Amino acid sequence: MEWEAVIGLEIHAQLATKTKIFSGASTAFGAQANTQACAIDLALPGTLPVFNKQALEMAVMFGTAIDAEIGKTSVFDRKNYFYPDSPKGYQTSQLFYPIVGQGELDINLQDGSTKRIGVTRAHLEEDAGKSLHEKFADMSGIDLNRAGTPLLEIVSDPDMRSAEEAVAYAKKIHSIVTSIGICDGNMAEGSFRVDCNVSVRYKGESEFGNRTETKNINSFRFIEKAIKGEIIRQIEILEDGGSITQETRLYDAEKDETRSMRSKEEANDYRYFPCPDLLPIVIEDEYIEKIRNNLPELPDARKQRFIEQYQLSNNDAATLSSNKDLAAYYENVAQDCNDNKLAANWMLGEFSKVLNQHDLSIEQSPVDAQGFALLLKRIKDDTISASGAKKVFEAMWNNEGNADQIIEAKGLKQVSDTGAIEAIVSEVIAKSDKQVQQYIAAEPEKRGKMLGFFMGQIMKASGGKANPGQVQSVLKPMLDAMCD
Amino acid sequence: MSLDNTDVEKIAHLARVDIEPKDTPEYLKNITSILDLVDQMQSVNTEGVDPLSHPLDAVQRLRADDVTESNQRELLQTVAPAVEEGLFLVPKVID
Repeated sequence: MEWEAVIGLEIHAQLATKTKIFSGASTAFGAQANTQACAIDLALPGTLPVFNKQALEMAVMFGTAIDAEIGKTSVFDRKNYFYPDSPKGYQTSQLFYPIVGQGELDINLQDGSTKRIGVTRAHLEEDAGKSLHEKFADMSGIDLNRAGTPLLEIVSDPDMRSAEEAVAYAKKIHSIVTSIGICDGNMAEGSFRVDCNVSVRYKGESEFGNRTETKNINSFRFIEKAIKGEIIRQIEILEDGGSITQETRLYDAEKDETRSMRSKEEANDYRYFPCPDLLPIVIEDEYIEKIRNNLPELPDARKQRFIEQYQLSNNDAATLSSNKDLAAYYENVAQDCNDNKLAANWMLGEFSKVLNQHDLSIEQSPVDAQGFALLLKRIKDDTISASGAKKVFEAMWNNEGNADQIIEAKGLKQVSDTGAIEAIVSEVIAKSDKQVQQYIAAEPEKRGKMLGFFMGQIMKASGGKANPGQVQSVLKPMLDAMCD
Repeated sequence: MSLDNTDVEKIAHLARVDIEPKDTPEYLKNITSILDLVDQMQSVNTEGVDPLSHPLDAVQRLRADDVTESNQRELLQTVAPAVEEGLFLVPKVID
């Protein structure tokens, strides 16, 4: 019998509001401990929450982006539990009447195909504070700056069947929330966190197996590893005749394994009830339609536009359109250098490689779109070769000037003068008697492969500056003339 | 709905309410009578009636997304039993 994994994700997207969901305290990242935690966030007696208009609008934006039902009346509930990072003794959330109901989206898989995944619901809730357990000997330190930060919890249907599909889904949600500007998507800072529900069953069965929930994963790579590891762990237990305990687990990136989070499993009993401090949120069709009509371009539409407007392949368009900033950068470069394909190749190749090496996102790139386009223009007009361009790009990255200044300073301008190239080629041929004799002696169909040696010598002799295309068009006729 | 003493102890624990074991039967009696009343209310036919999430017939007012709170950490932490480096200190909790 073949095993099949069943995966559903719960994604917490931090909404990019300036203030908390129920108070006017700032949500800016990185402030000193407890300097952005006001009386409401601390749950001091006598305080009352007032709901943030922007958080509502952002939640509705997401709902319209995935064509979901929007709850015209939604209600906040209290999820009751005790933990020091939640001073109220409950989390304000939405259980019974969430703001966003059933929706769906298509995920893009490696092989170019798509799969439709259901979104069960998305609801508004507040984040908890942060506990620091290592700092003090017998005490835990509590920072409540994050307490009350608005979150949109997006719950998928259990529609995914592999780690790859789960990652594709998480990336799609990430792409949507960042494209419509409701979340900064910064996973390292915790703005986008993923809980993975995983179970396994025999293929063809309709019942679900017992599932585990691996919480708070903050990178796409870890989502993939955590799910793969969890699937293997569950299959091994079941094949040994064991059973899966329904539990919460944590992913340990250093050991690359999940482990049980609670030593004694206390059944969750949150005793939800409607929050008496908050009235129902009622919205009109008109409000929803206005938001729907003003929605920024969604990733799928952008991808389609890239295919049509820039004649990109499906895969190139998918990658370049997935991130709003990357997409905008590409469009600026392509339009500026007037070569869509060259811009796509460089951005997906050398540029992405260097960004990844430095672990930078596109908006942190030291080279701006205009500067990058100038470099591509110099490749296009044959001022520099592709290998020369890499050197120029490296120097641009290190802020050594713009492309023209660097080409000048480093003497990277390629030689395209036919006379000069012929002189270098002749010189190399004259010095390579042995290789020339081998070339002459070789079968004509094998000679093509032997050109590499000469090309290398010529490029070296020219200091890398000879235009390779021109060298080729001069070299072969010269050698072949010697064979006759 | 019938409860027993164990249920009362569990509810007390979830609410972090410290109750004396000798008082448990009294709590059981009181909670049971409340639940009996709920049972009685549930016999009313409510078909077609939307659940009431709030007794006031009003809708939530919304607040503009503007920062209105300034840093009052020193003042707010005067009520905390223990504070260090700007953090509230609590007995160590790790689960």
